[in-house]
Amino acid sequence: MTELTIVQAINRGLAEAMRADPDVLVLGEDVGVNGGVFRATEGLHKEFGADRVIDTPLSETGIVGAAIGMALYGLKPIAEIQFVDFIYPAFDQIVSELAKFRYRSGGQYPCHVVIRSPYGGGIKGGLYHSQSPEAYFAHTSGLKVVIPSTPADAKALLTTAIHDPDPVLFLEPKRIYRAVSGEVPDGELRVPFGVARTAREGADVTLLAYGAMIPTCLQAAETLAASGVQAEVLDLRTLVPLDEAAVLASVEKTGRAVIVHEAPRFCGFGAELAAILAEKAFFSLKAPVQRVTGYDTPFPYALENMYLPNAERIVHAARATLAAG
Amino acid sequence: MAEASEVAQPGGSDGPADLPKAELPKLYRAMVLARVVDERCLTLQRQGRIGFYVPLQGQEAAQVGSAWALDPEDWIFPAYRELAVALVRGVPVKLLLDQFIGNSGDVLKGRQMPNHYGYREFRFVTASSPVGTQISQAVGAAMAARWKGEEIVTVTYFGDGTTSSNDFHAGLNFAGVFKAPTIFFCQNNQWAISLPRERQTHSETLAIKATAYGFPGVVVDGTDVHAVFAAVRAARARALAGEGPTLIEAQVYRLGPHSTSDDPRRYRTDAELAKWKEKDPIARLKHELLTASVWTEEEDATLWETTRKEVVAAFESAEATPPVDPLTMFDDVFAERPAGLELQRASFAELLKDGGLKP
Repeated sequence: MTELTIVQAINRGLAEAMRADPDVLVLGEDVGVNGGVFRATEGLHKEFGADRVIDTPLSETGIVGAAIGMALYGLKPIAEIQFVDFIYPAFDQIVSELAKFRYRSGGQYPCHVVIRSPYGGGIKGGLYHSQSPEAYFAHTSGLKVVIPSTPADAKALLTTAIHDPDPVLFLEPKRIYRAVSGEVPDGELRVPFGVARTAREGADVTLLAYGAMIPTCLQAAETLAASGVQAEVLDLRTLVPLDEAAVLASVEKTGRAVIVHEAPRFCGFGAELAAILAEKAFFSLKAPVQRVTGYDTPFPYALENMYLPNAERIVHAARATLAAG
Repeated sequence: MAEASEVAQPGGSDGPADLPKAELPKLYRAMVLARVVDERCLTLQRQGRIGFYVPLQGQEAAQVGSAWALDPEDWIFPAYRELAVALVRGVPVKLLLDQFIGNSGDVLKGRQMPNHYGYREFRFVTASSPVGTQISQAVGAAMAARWKGEEIVTVTYFGDGTTSSNDFHAGLNFAGVFKAPTIFFCQNNQWAISLPRERQTHSETLAIKATAYGFPGVVVDGTDVHAVFAAVRAARARALAGEGPTLIEAQVYRLGPHSTSDDPRRYRTDAELAKWKEKDPIARLKHELLTASVWTEEEDATLWETTRKEVVAAFESAEATPPVDPLTMFDDVFAERPAGLELQRASFAELLKDGGLKP
């Protein structure tokens, strides 16, 4: 066990995967000599060389397109998109190509690319260094979408992603890259996809969240506990595949659900969760489902902290579910 | 002609560029086969027996000449108009027709429109409809091959319109920077649906665009199978020598419509078409074969007749092949079906059993 931050755990996961398998390589902007703008690839260039830790030209579609070609040829590329806000030039490669290669070729061409990218607000990044676009990608059949919230999960889920036969979008909560640290087991460790983690147990209300919203939900749960309300915090960890069974089991137990994400509300991932609860847990619900999300505006710079869901808003929503019945 | 571009000639200095005379009838046969499949498919589409078709008439020499210059180990990243390349690769006509119908013989399991085929066995990567996306992928595959120490090149095919796409520029830039062993084979067929070449780019040639990315761009007469072969041989030798990529602009003309959904009379003149028909690559090679006395009119008549019969027979066989199993719709999204998709499949299977679904 070693005490690591999330970004250190990711770095550790990358290094260990590269040591174990010569087909694993990293490519992206500033990932080599510079070690990545968040230092997630620090030291890799020195250890593995410029052919395996590839500083690319500034073109996201080129990065993902080249990674797809490498994967088709049998390598296991890990592409870094410096901020997920800059992933859109690669949208065509991800949605039209990466996600569909296995299907469109009748299974002839699996395409196991991992795309790592920091997402989310909280670093004073304004419109273009703060977004949470997970819903676009979760909506795309053929892509897996993974978002860790702890250092141990960051390393273990990344390791699973690298060995997964399917393309994975691995979104890293940059707001808690260094704010959260924890014990991370040494050596290879994998967490299976599609298995949610109960971050805190409780019987009165379920908080459904992922990524940087997990610490915020835990903070809200502390506040609720002070007034005798036991909130359960479920960390989804993988949006695709989704651990629907865990979501339903928790909400059937508590009868109340608050869904929390940074992304705007309209057609956000929370809408899918709410629909699942309406379809499959309707008769267990004691109150309408609540959503605490970013507003349906672009991500604001100066008002960032008022835009992002915080513990107070989550507590308020949880109390609303309790007041309803 | 721009300085970076040059008209490649057979017997160029960069490798074995001459097509042996004895091989020429083989190339001709491949071109005729492509033409016959093409003509047949246009008819079949009009008859409603296949849903759609993208013809290649006028581009046979560019495709056969380029594919002939490759090694079977080389990887091809095609667009959706590369029928003759697939035929040279050895893809059986029946297999292509299965794809056009989308039946149970289709390797793609009926999932794509006609012409979007791909066969791992033939190192012919499955195509998609967005233009240019295959270009940066071909570069990545070339980088991977070099990393694995395999002596192959990747070749990517695209048209004049694609030189305006994001991935053309991204891919060429990456290839230049990383000296990727890739050949960019542009079939400039003069028209991107209705947009003429001169409105696609103000560049003097398409090949000249390579100059900005730091490697050679070559213009060839794409109706001349020798010129095309020589250019690709030279580009291949250069790539394998570690000297990096080459952009080849093969100047051809799309004699037919963009697709069966297109009517080219809306945007181009009969006079222009007539001028290019005189340069029909098949007529050109036939003339050369007859002049060289390696081919006779009798052989030619027999070839067209037997080829037509074979293609008709192949289509009859494809039409008799059972339809695709509807439940395969749920396969290959992921390596394993996630729980949610499994439920959707089960519900679909119930509807199917009840007769509530029709293809």
